[in-house]
Amino acid sequence: MREASRDRLKAFLTLLPSIILIGIFVYGFIGNTIWISMTDWGGDGALALKPEMNFIGLDNYRDLFTGFLSSGFRQDLVNAVYYSVMLLAGAIGIGMFIAILLDQKPKGEDVLRTIFLYPMALSFIVSGTIWRWLLAPQGGVNVLPTYLGLPPLNFEWTSSTKAVLEFNWQNLLQIFLYIVAFVLILIGLWALKKRPCRAIKFWLGPGVVIGAFAWLGGSMLPEALFMEENHGFNLATLGIIIATIWQYSGYTMALYLAGFHGISQDLRDAAMLDGASSTSYYRHVAIPMLKPITISAVIILSHISLKMFDIIFAMTGPDNAQTGHPALTMYMTTFRANDFAKGAAIAIVLFMVAAMFIVPYVVSQYRQRTRG
Amino acid sequence: MKKSLAKLFLAFAAVLLLAVPQVSQAKELSGNLEIFSWWAGDEGPALQALIKKYKEQNPNVNVIDATVTGGSGVNAKAVLKTRMLGNEPPDSFQVHSGQELIGTWVKADRMEDLTFLFKEEGWMDAFPKGLIKLIGTDKGIWSVPVTIHRSNVLWYVPANLKKWGVTAPKTWAEFLTIAPKLEKEGVVPLALAENWTVNHLWESVALASLGADKWDALWAGKLRFDSPDVVKAWELFGKILKYTNADASSLSWQQATDMVITGRAAFNIMGDWAAGYMSTTKKMVPGKDFGWAASPDTSGEFMFLSDSFGLPKGAPDRDNAIAWLKIIGSKEGSDAFNTLKGSISPRMDSDLSKYNAYLQSAAADFKKDVVVGSLAHGVAANETFMGGFSRIMEMFLKTHNAQAVSKACQQLADKAKIGK
Repeated sequence: MREASRDRLKAFLTLLPSIILIGIFVYGFIGNTIWISMTDWGGDGALALKPEMNFIGLDNYRDLFTGFLSSGFRQDLVNAVYYSVMLLAGAIGIGMFIAILLDQKPKGEDVLRTIFLYPMALSFIVSGTIWRWLLAPQGGVNVLPTYLGLPPLNFEWTSSTKAVLEFNWQNLLQIFLYIVAFVLILIGLWALKKRPCRAIKFWLGPGVVIGAFAWLGGSMLPEALFMEENHGFNLATLGIIIATIWQYSGYTMALYLAGFHGISQDLRDAAMLDGASSTSYYRHVAIPMLKPITISAVIILSHISLKMFDIIFAMTGPDNAQTGHPALTMYMTTFRANDFAKGAAIAIVLFMVAAMFIVPYVVSQYRQRTRG
Repeated sequence: MKKSLAKLFLAFAAVLLLAVPQVSQAKELSGNLEIFSWWAGDEGPALQALIKKYKEQNPNVNVIDATVTGGSGVNAKAVLKTRMLGNEPPDSFQVHSGQELIGTWVKADRMEDLTFLFKEEGWMDAFPKGLIKLIGTDKGIWSVPVTIHRSNVLWYVPANLKKWGVTAPKTWAEFLTIAPKLEKEGVVPLALAENWTVNHLWESVALASLGADKWDALWAGKLRFDSPDVVKAWELFGKILKYTNADASSLSWQQATDMVITGRAAFNIMGDWAAGYMSTTKKMVPGKDFGWAASPDTSGEFMFLSDSFGLPKGAPDRDNAIAWLKIIGSKEGSDAFNTLKGSISPRMDSDLSKYNAYLQSAAADFKKDVVVGSLAHGVAANETFMGGFSRIMEMFLKTHNAQAVSKACQQLADKAKIGK
């Protein structure tokens, strides 16, 4: 018993320095940013050694989501969602596909693996510059068909002003309710197998009710803005999404390949003996077994998608509504417009979005551990 | 005895008098000098010419040329701010004269008053009174101007215009009539580049639409941004944008100028650093290989901007920085720099024979035209407005809604305390 408590003390003392450092340099600064985001630090004289700051509560946030001048930020937020979803789907899909191909042990597997993994070694700013050149309207990809005697493409990969899947930000509340309903129903369906009664009572039921209300009574809800403001999936982001997928599918490939190699050959042979085809082996055996890998890939990639700053900066520059991203807006608001409080508020919004990805994961991990 | 003592004192005083100026002149500066600017690429040689002059006079000073690239200083300004916030200022940094300097650094009490230098070097008379007023406040003078640039210039290649059978438009109405003709020839009527050049185009169009008096009233807070006059300017701007290249956002200003040089586009509105690019980098002869005019509807108006250097409080090598400021404010330094950069000297006594044909004409215009401040380059408004304006411009490029952006501009002006 005494031995154990001494061990605990030792462990605590060993951890203490990092606890203090992380406490100050991570959580302390997050706290400081939250504080700044609730002040009015900005404008003239914002860069003084002791700038004037007054507490204004949540005004900065209200302005970001409903203010007239912040429509650019809202478009960026919508862009960020599309960036995340497309990067996840693209990088995981393509990465898994390449991994399955390489798992067939083709000739020169090592060389191929290195080739596919290589883009990861480049920094975003380098690959951004390469792709900016490749996707230039009068060059690169667009002139490829001319080598086959076809007319050149004229798609504006990074400068198109067209958008699809548009929605009106005025209906912010309705959209929010849809999202809530969607999440509730999703959780309900997930819990349905284990505890059907609880699932219906706490998740599915309320989800359906809220969804129905948003659908039927949406027009009665107050509108967030006084004028129509449409946001959608900007086609100019396609170029950047392609470049990011190119860079990160090698990474997911490496993850999956390691996972596939870790599955014992016996299991595969057994599946094959039972009459499984190659496709059904991957579909029913290998990929479900790699669920932890998929989850960690999703989390890492979604974080990368929130940090897509340098590649956008390199490909389309800082002021580009079509390809904007909250991270860029944060930088420009803070360091160009000297609006430090608003910049901090954007940073906190981004932080919250990141937490949305990581917190459920951490919670589920923790639960599994305590259960097991 | 008393006499001899007095004599001794006198002799001593005389020696002192003789020695002191010599000491101060012979005082060798050493150590480092860090110059922070965004002059790289095509503007690099001009900065190097200045640094060379400095090294001639102060051979023992190690000059650190801290340049951060990016048109109109977008990146450099951000890097500078992080350094200043971290209390690590460079010895001297480049800054646009006017509100950009005053609203950011002077209001934050981060700059040293340079009035003493202006008096010592006789610059009070060398620079135009109007300019000194713009770079100073009632508390002092805050920077040493190196250049005067004109922002409202229309560039073209005379031979190409002849080929297409058009002349440089004097008014926007004229431009709008010849533009469809040019498009039929497969030529982009007006070359445009990334976002800040769009702001640059806007200020020329707005000046054309408003006129110099209303333009000034706008920045003095006497004309509202949502007034019909400004809405009209935005509407005109929208019409002009239709005749620009669709890939603008992925081009740099040099690439837009290249479009004019190679005949893919007919015109480009850019500041007169484009003249420096064409004559220094592209070796074109002004007046023959490329032509220019005041941007439509703005002849007789000179929209100016000025690059200058200031002395931050707490500069680590203050003496070296002051020696640097003396060089850039001097006639020789100014003429060495501006002839290469493609701008005119802010000094009234500059040697015009050293400048090329374009710059001579610009210098003549500067003396006789109505001078107004540029928005895109920091003279007219502080950074809060400028930063927000870029976002509003994005909004306009997407929606083309003149009413909405005018309203947004007014909100922004209130927030940035324009004219207050």
